[in-house]
Amino acid sequence: MANEIAIVSGKGGTGKTTICAALAMFAGDVVLADCDVDAPDLHIILQPTIKSSSDFVGSQVAIIDENQCTECGLCEQACRFHAIADSLVNPIACEGCGVCAHVCPENAVQMTDRQSGALYVSETRIGNMVHAKLFPGEGNSGKLVTEVRKLSTAIADEQETHTVLIDGSPGIGCPVIATVTGIRLGVIVTEPTMSGIHDMKRVLDLLKRFRITATVIINKFDLNLTNTEAIEQYCQENDIEVLGKIRFDSIMTQSMVAAKSLPEFAPNHEISLLLKRIWRRITDFIT
Amino acid sequence: MIIAVASGKGGTGKTTVAVNLALSLGSTNLLDCDVEEPNAHTLLYPTNVQTTPVTVAVPSVDQEKCTLCGKCAEFCRFNAIFVGKSKTMVYSEMCHSCGGCSLVCPEKAITEIQRPIGQIHQFTINDTHLVYGELSVGEPIATTLIQAVKSYIDSDTINIIDAPPGTACPVIETMRSSDFLVLVTEPTPFGLHDLIMAVEVVRELKIPFGVIINRAGIGDEGVESFCYENKIPILMRIPFDRHIAELYSRGLPFVQDMPDWRERFKNLFHEIKRLIQVGK
Repeated sequence: MANEIAIVSGKGGTGKTTICAALAMFAGDVVLADCDVDAPDLHIILQPTIKSSSDFVGSQVAIIDENQCTECGLCEQACRFHAIADSLVNPIACEGCGVCAHVCPENAVQMTDRQSGALYVSETRIGNMVHAKLFPGEGNSGKLVTEVRKLSTAIADEQETHTVLIDGSPGIGCPVIATVTGIRLGVIVTEPTMSGIHDMKRVLDLLKRFRITATVIINKFDLNLTNTEAIEQYCQENDIEVLGKIRFDSIMTQSMVAAKSLPEFAPNHEISLLLKRIWRRITDFIT
Repeated sequence: MIIAVASGKGGTGKTTVAVNLALSLGSTNLLDCDVEEPNAHTLLYPTNVQTTPVTVAVPSVDQEKCTLCGKCAEFCRFNAIFVGKSKTMVYSEMCHSCGGCSLVCPEKAITEIQRPIGQIHQFTINDTHLVYGELSVGEPIATTLIQAVKSYIDSDTINIIDAPPGTACPVIETMRSSDFLVLVTEPTPFGLHDLIMAVEVVRELKIPFGVIINRAGIGDEGVESFCYENKIPILMRIPFDRHIAELYSRGLPFVQDMPDWRERFKNLFHEIKRLIQVGK
């Protein structure tokens, strides 16, 4: 089985995707999985060629047949999600639970499959990549994340690749839980801001709850040295390794604008070299 | 009036905009709906915080009455109930609280109990009232808590909502019923990609909106061109300024240190009011 390593952060915009793309370059033999299915960005750097795509059906949605409906209102009363008004279903509010279909005395409600997103297997210049897009307003992002992970590990096993590198989403809810369950190593990218620290602690709690080994990268560390020290101290007290500290440098944005990973854009830059060392340390953890 | 501050991409500056706008206007009701990672309170100084638990209804099975017929598990589309050989088990985290299992149980063996999933905190500082939800770590479903935060919307005043990132279900739940949406982005390819996604959603919701470019100057011209081509008003540009970034890192809203920005945020509010009128 391939080792899954996930980059997460709690807070958004700390640099997960930029760092993930850079680490992937050093990993070489790797399958990439973009598990930020709500706002996937890894493809902007890696410019994948889609090899195959499939529909993602995450749930069902109720449809009322107006010819059979007597407008008795029982479905509206029974729906806990306020998804039915005047015998019409609001698909955004509908959770697909099926209660309306159950209570309808006329059998006028049908539960139908709902396509909530799309799933892609692609080729990139560094290897295969599995990614997805959840349609706007859809729920069940956790299920789609699970699909992305299943496909990427299956590809890795088939081609005997030992590592799956996962780009995660911000937050600590459904998609993040689905991203970290059962992975080999969590890499948390944080920044030395009050919110960065607050959110890092919550995602660390989450990883601890799921018994996942956590490591930390402090991005833009020189923005606030006092907070950086506080993060290091917190990690030390909780036995969490800080893999490295990256200073703020506009080269990170420049490489993104050029649609390149940092090691491609600036191979000899000190941050590229640091990320190379970080990757080596990560491989120590998983072997 | 309800103004929601949203973005496709995370970390673009939603909280910065929401808090600085609230402080500049005064007498506002600030609601942080990013219940997975609430951050507005890290920029304010909470004192006398009032906390209320938020619960959801989940099934509780009376094993004496249960005949293990399996109808509940068959009905549940969320895999929250499993009927074993000797016991029916509930996986509360998976439950969406639809009430279907208790409805289909022929033995009336299922009742609903309340299970805590998080908390609502609130406090007032000067004349800004902050309400924020905090989802308990390990809880997957944020929607109920977002609705609970939104129940504190006060129709007599200005409500500023700090939304979670993305465009999935929790975000739509947050945006719904807003009078205006401010989309905060950064001028980078990631920022642009996620802005385009957010614009699609907002257009579908038919809510008037505008864009704020944060960290203006760090990337490229993509966001500016996109807004120009699509006739989307750019409401404000906050330059990339190390001083602003440092203030944020220390948990300080920058309008407190740079008072001329208070005026700019007041003007932003007038522009928003005007755009709401034009939209009507």
